[in-house]
Amino acid sequence: MSSRLVVNKTYKQFVGGAFERSESGRSYPVVGAGGQLLAHAVQGSRKDVRDAVAAARSAQGSWAGRTAYNRGQILYRVAEVMESRQAEFCAEVLRAGDGCTEEAASRETAAAIDRWVWYAGWADKFATVLGGANPVAGPYFNLSVPEPAGVVGIVAPDEPPLLPLVSRLAPVIVSGNTAVVLASERCPLVAVTLAETLALSDIPSGVVNICTGLRNELVPPLARHVAVDALDLTGCDPGLSADAARQAAATITRVVSASTAERQWAEEAAQSPYLIDAFCETKTVWHPKGR
Amino acid sequence: MSLLSPILYRVSDLLAAESPTGVADAVAGVRITPVDAVGLEQRAAGLCTRSLKTSSKAAALELAIRVMDLTTLEGADTPERVQALCARARRPDAADWSVPPVAAVCVYPELVPVAAEALAESPVAVASVAGGFPAGLAPWEVRLAEIAWAVAAGADEVDIVLNRSAFLSGRYQKAYDEIAAAKQACGSAHLKVILETGELGAYDQIRRASMLAMVAGADFIKTSTGKIGTSATPPIALCMAEAIRDMAEQTGRAVGLKLAGGIRTAKQAWHYLVIVGETLGPEWLTPERFRLGASSLLNDVLMQRSKLGDGCYQRREDFSVD
Repeated sequence: MSSRLVVNKTYKQFVGGAFERSESGRSYPVVGAGGQLLAHAVQGSRKDVRDAVAAARSAQGSWAGRTAYNRGQILYRVAEVMESRQAEFCAEVLRAGDGCTEEAASRETAAAIDRWVWYAGWADKFATVLGGANPVAGPYFNLSVPEPAGVVGIVAPDEPPLLPLVSRLAPVIVSGNTAVVLASERCPLVAVTLAETLALSDIPSGVVNICTGLRNELVPPLARHVAVDALDLTGCDPGLSADAARQAAATITRVVSASTAERQWAEEAAQSPYLIDAFCETKTVWHPKGR
Repeated sequence: MSLLSPILYRVSDLLAAESPTGVADAVAGVRITPVDAVGLEQRAAGLCTRSLKTSSKAAALELAIRVMDLTTLEGADTPERVQALCARARRPDAADWSVPPVAAVCVYPELVPVAAEALAESPVAVASVAGGFPAGLAPWEVRLAEIAWAVAAGADEVDIVLNRSAFLSGRYQKAYDEIAAAKQACGSAHLKVILETGELGAYDQIRRASMLAMVAGADFIKTSTGKIGTSATPPIALCMAEAIRDMAEQTGRAVGLKLAGGIRTAKQAWHYLVIVGETLGPEWLTPERFRLGASSLLNDVLMQRSKLGDGCYQRREDFSVD
């Protein structure tokens, strides 16, 4: 009779392309829909956030420097790798979600994969749509070009665990931003599994960094960090969100949050080129036209 | 005794029977303690686990600035660049007057007059590399003349390099004589001898070179030129600090320690402060006896200082390039 011991996965943070425990050595229990213990996730500290921002910062230049076409290919590759691990994602979503059915989990996974493909397609098109030539009074070409803001902090929504995370992450990185994601406090495991997929998908180290832990502890250092250029507070409750926005204002960090329409995660409205624009700065160039 | 006989015990064992420059017996008799490499690395690693928080961290950051030799040793150094560096040396943070000035600015000899003028009437000293830096293999007369020139041009401190070519081939007497002559050429200026530890091979060699340089008259012994890949590491710093302790115990002479090369973060800096403080005692934690030679360290220290002040993590781009 074989009584095999199950080998459980340690869900770790994804920082600078590596899976790491917290420098603080802490972890916290994550419970599933039925209240049963799923795993212990890393309880990150402000220093982990700092390290993640440093990794994102150093990856940003070369990520933005790649051709738009190449970034599109890489985002498409994420979808490819997720597709082949669909079953794993379905199981993770099912375990995490309250009252989640198998069908809903499978629908969510499919929608998340499609969302990567949708944004991958925008990689070499959004600049044409969002930028353009402006008519000016003078002998100049005047061109506006959207450029990535830099390092973007994303506070991922709690529920459901996968689709909203992808919906907020993909438009950030497609333009050449790098991201520091604070995974959902309640359902962080799916985010870690997504990180494993990203690690296999040609996404360069440091472009996406995923920290897990307690919102109240991790959001303030992220919001106050001078090197964070934009913040997506979609996953924050109103109180924390207001505090974070105030802290972010001290260093002129752009603050974004999903609208009610955008929170209909499975709908068309949750995906838009304007979400890419929300994390871009517009550069305007004047060029003499001659006669 | 017979087991250990190949080990050179005393500085006098390194030198020829009759030294042309003349060595006092008491000094030449200084023992060279063998190095336990495993123990050394373990001890250094242990000292580097110490973490400094709040007020101790603030004190360490301030001390790191006070003992810093702000260095620029590049072919592209222009007078303007040196002037900018000197301005930074006098007031490291333009927005915060409470930041103390650094200990010295370290430049190539040609730029000493520029630095001396820019640092006139400031507590910041002018240090110059000389003596055929970084290889030390220019003709001897040229090296000696370079040292004298740098001092005449206004250098308060001169960083020369150990003649590794002589040292590694066993011509200890030659290496010794060169340092002793350089010390004379320095006059009242302080002499720092760069051992270039990355080229010496073993901890025992580093210990031997340290003792040789100290006995020959060095006011400071310094790890590296910063021009080769391997530079200051915690075990090397500890190895040299122990040599300085041996020297002080046996002769009563206090020699300074300068660590240079590859020190880029505030954390590294306070690890070295801990190593020196624990090995040589707090009396060595002053600019007179301890220096950190660095170019990019200052920015990180200022960043950490700023973090300590308002609690916000900072952006590297907000601090100066040099």
